[in-house]
Amino acid sequence: MTQVAIVGIGQTPVAEHWDKSLQELAQDAITQALTDADLQTVDALYVGNAYGGTIGEQSHVAPLIADFVGLVGIEAWTVDAGDAAGAAALRAGYLAVASGAVETALVVGVEKMTDRVGSAREGARNTSIHAELENLQGATLTSLAALLMQRYLHEQGISLSAFEPLSINAHLNGSSNPHAMYRNKLREGAFAKAPMVSHPVSLFDRAPDGDGAAAVILTRLEHAQDMVPTPVRIVGSAVSTDQFAIQDRQHLLKLEAVTRAVDRALSQAQLDKDSISFAELHDAFTILSVLTLEAMGLADYGKGWEFIANGQSMIGRTGKFPISTMGGLKSRGNPSGATGVYQAVEATLQLRGQAGDNQIADAKTALLLNLGGMATTAIAHILSL
Amino acid sequence: MTNETNAYQFSGYGELYSYTLLQDPPSGYEWQAPYVIALIKLDEGPMVLAQLTDLDAEPQIGDRVQMVTRKLTSDGSTGMIVYGYKFRTIR
Repeated sequence: MTQVAIVGIGQTPVAEHWDKSLQELAQDAITQALTDADLQTVDALYVGNAYGGTIGEQSHVAPLIADFVGLVGIEAWTVDAGDAAGAAALRAGYLAVASGAVETALVVGVEKMTDRVGSAREGARNTSIHAELENLQGATLTSLAALLMQRYLHEQGISLSAFEPLSINAHLNGSSNPHAMYRNKLREGAFAKAPMVSHPVSLFDRAPDGDGAAAVILTRLEHAQDMVPTPVRIVGSAVSTDQFAIQDRQHLLKLEAVTRAVDRALSQAQLDKDSISFAELHDAFTILSVLTLEAMGLADYGKGWEFIANGQSMIGRTGKFPISTMGGLKSRGNPSGATGVYQAVEATLQLRGQAGDNQIADAKTALLLNLGGMATTAIAHILSL
Repeated sequence: MTNETNAYQFSGYGELYSYTLLQDPPSGYEWQAPYVIALIKLDEGPMVLAQLTDLDAEPQIGDRVQMVTRKLTSDGSTGMIVYGYKFRTIR
């Protein structure tokens, strides 16, 4: 297949954008990406959006965005994969360019989460978990994460503070990212005392919902080399799925979709996990990061909490395996279906050496992992110089 | 791929595998929050997600539980009432 590269990126801050419509947010990110790639137009638009239909009463958003930004007539469609919609759109763009069917693809992740609050937002979000086996019982995405975390704490005989290094790291990195939603640093010891949202998941554990848009432009590598000084190649792109309802899984604490997606992406890239410079994981809840490290084989089953125990020397920007280098979902904010495209923008900044105060030294290869539902869909991408 | 299914009668008994006290309910469930969402390992093997009800003490992983029929939600004050399964602890 044709090699594919990223030649343009754009992102809005993740925030409560009550003064902007979904299409205005998308336009901000698209304008930046087109300017970055020095392009006027593209051949196709793929949009990741999870809750337009339930929160904004507007689905079918890709042609709406194409119209709004003056691209009427181009191929434009929306991709649904729950909160992994952004990465699914990236994969759609990747496949289109790699196949040779599309020359230049624009991938946008956009979400407006905060126009609804409380039970209305929880109910809207619940459309990505099992309608009958989970939603009808009154469960939410947060409570599913809490079920995993409670069982993990029980089996390992550890306390909540074992998860603290993840939130401290995310907020430390987010504090110097101008696009992050919560740029405060977390004090040591505060994590375990935070108010509970679904015990044992607390306010300092769950990523905050936010509004935002991110965009990347893809084209084939040989064009990219003539267009921009530092094309970033997509060398791995893989999707896997798990049993839809968590009750049906063979092992509650094994994220098997993550294992399969990451293994496939690494094998496409012909890389070993030890050659990854840094990773943007789907840290919507700390338990997901711990289980992901185990699912990737970086830690043994049940030992992911030990992997992060040494904090900054392991997962910090100068650590062995830096994660959430721009704040992750926890500090940058969680714009649901836009998340996967934010990860691609952030990793591109790192690989180009444009990450400012957040720059990782010698960043050559990035792993991106975006999850939909309670890791029902796992989408891995590997970006490389 | 499998497509053959047969009806099977469960005893309705099992044990508490994991649980959480949910504070932020989805729409239609506000009236009962906070409530406990649990994973129950049925005596016959399969796992099922359901609310714990009739609680008079903090639940613990390993508690014996029994299925009961309860109201899950309703579509407003004049709409359809949805009944379903919940579990209660037996000590």
